[in-house]
Amino acid sequence: MAPEQIRSVILDILSRIAPDEDLSDLDDSVPFREQMELDSMDFLDIVMELRKLYRVQIPEEDYGELVTMDSTVTYLTPLLKDAESTV
Amino acid sequence: MTYDSIIIGAGLSGLAAGIRLAYYGKRVCILERHTTIGGLNSFYRLRGRNHDVGLHAITNYSPPGGKRGPLNKILRQLRFSWEDFDLSPQFGSSVVFPGHTLRFNNEFAYFEAEIAAQFPSQIDGFRRLVAEIDSHNIGDLGQTWISARARMAEHISDPLLINMLLCPLMFYGSPSEHDMDFNQFVIMFRSIYQEGFARPYKGVRLILKNLVKKFKSLGGELKLRAGVQQLVTDGKHVSGVVLDDGQVLEAKNVLSSAGSAETLQLCGADVPVDDRFTPGEISFVETISVLDQQPAEFGHDETIVFYNDSEDFYYEQSKNPVDVRSGIICSPNNFQYDQPLEEGSIRITALANPGYWMNLPEDEYIEAKKYWYDQILESSLRFIPDFRPHVIDVDTFTPRTIKKFTGHINGCVYGAPRKILDGTTPFDNLFLCGTDQGFLGIIGSMLSGISIANLHLLNAK
Ligand SMILES: Cc1cc2nc3c(=O)[nH]c(=O)nc-3n(C[C@H](O)[C@H](O)[C@H](O)COP(=O)(O)OP(=O)(O)OC[C@H]3O[C@@H](n4cnc5c(N)ncnc54)[C@H](O)[C@@H]3O)c2cc1C
Repeated sequence: MAPEQIRSVILDILSRIAPDEDLSDLDDSVPFREQMELDSMDFLDIVMELRKLYRVQIPEEDYGELVTMDSTVTYLTPLLKDAESTV
Repeated sequence: MTYDSIIIGAGLSGLAAGIRLAYYGKRVCILERHTTIGGLNSFYRLRGRNHDVGLHAITNYSPPGGKRGPLNKILRQLRFSWEDFDLSPQFGSSVVFPGHTLRFNNEFAYFEAEIAAQFPSQIDGFRRLVAEIDSHNIGDLGQTWISARARMAEHISDPLLINMLLCPLMFYGSPSEHDMDFNQFVIMFRSIYQEGFARPYKGVRLILKNLVKKFKSLGGELKLRAGVQQLVTDGKHVSGVVLDDGQVLEAKNVLSSAGSAETLQLCGADVPVDDRFTPGEISFVETISVLDQQPAEFGHDETIVFYNDSEDFYYEQSKNPVDVRSGIICSPNNFQYDQPLEEGSIRITALANPGYWMNLPEDEYIEAKKYWYDQILESSLRFIPDFRPHVIDVDTFTPRTIKKFTGHINGCVYGAPRKILDGTTPFDNLFLCGTDQGFLGIIGSMLSGISIANLHLLNAK
């Protein structure tokens, strides 16, 4: 998947976790935590969704990489380079 | 075939846990002894009317678009949108003790102003207490019992205010007599005073039906009339369950919402003694009066009134069949719905003596329910206009009813005084969720099911 597709995948996961959230004005450089008030339970959910969808394992010490959309996409790009997008 | 997980109980905690597991592809089966779902917060039909078993109000209100707090956490974790729970906020509630009425609604500042006006010498202390509540971490699974009364007394010197603050919190969530655990106090304080009350127009059935629909659409299995009679164990590990009809089902792990002592009883006689698994003793009698008018028409527009007729507040197992000194008056009509409910009703709840109700012969039981219905109403009339001329139908239930339909020992509503916060048991793949794990109430029990499923059954980390 290309970075742009990875971004859509993350948006899709976020919209499942928070269906009432308007994600169209998400700022890719601002932490999710601040924009959507995601907490640790939600971050675990993002990790679990990625595991379910793409079998990608994200070790706990890397959770910090999932702070913003930009950092998440950067982190996932090498991990998902051979994966097919599901969205 | 072996399930990944078997869940005992299709109450709110079991259903919520089931959704999490099914969502992440686990083979999961929920087993429920009763003929319907919901457990302590179920619903039923009687003489052509729909009733809720327990629902007074959903706590932890958050308006649409809100992002914080337990309600939003549950919606996210279960992939629901705000509309799925259809919550209408309360009109306003109160705590009434002799000489003082403290009103509250879903704006905490209003409650704070009430306290400042009525207990001016205590307001600074109250604010310090709130600061302590705000900084408390309820997620610390290792914490032990701390007296809420002692913590409150560090900031508040007027025992009347302490009792008034505790009254709604104990009535809606204390498994222990006279005092509560500070952690439980914080959970309840936030859920009632800081977040507040709401109700779905259609009652709890809306939430339960949405939970089941989601669970099934994700491939989860739900078996009703499927009581678990026994857990199959080798003393350390559980391999499955035996149902009341003798059928055996196997599972890699079991999550039980039946209660801590109740669950250990299913494990047979050779379970090590553990005093954390001692059942609770607090239960209630609840009267439901259906009316020929809306309560507002005879001048009662409060949502919930918590009353107590002396400065001392006795939250304890009642020595009489019912303790009529204190109680809760709930009007399901008094929420901000788009249209009024079809019929008026008033629910009154009071502390009860489980032993008395369990042991009555059937014919005396019916008579006793009638007698105590009258006593409870009589007592409540000090706090609400006399609505008796408007009553067109009545139902009363007791600790015996609760035991019969949910299996909870003593008909306990808030479970054991000692909570098992991490949900573990003496068996390495048997876990607890629901009331005895520590989060309770409608929102709390769902959160409990979610948390324990995440922690132990989903290998989240
Ligand atoms: C009268 C009353 C009023 C209440 N009012 C409110 C309110 O207004 N607001 C609020 O938030 N909360 C309220 N509550 C509390 C709330 O209902 C409970 O905290 C919550 O429903 C607990 O859910 P649970 O899943 O932990 O347990 P339960 O609902 O007890 O679920 C356990 C389930 O397990 C089943 N079970 C037990 N043993 C077995 C077995 N061996 N095999 C198979 N199944 C078994 C039971 O039948 C039950 O369905 C009220 C409770 C009562 C009784």
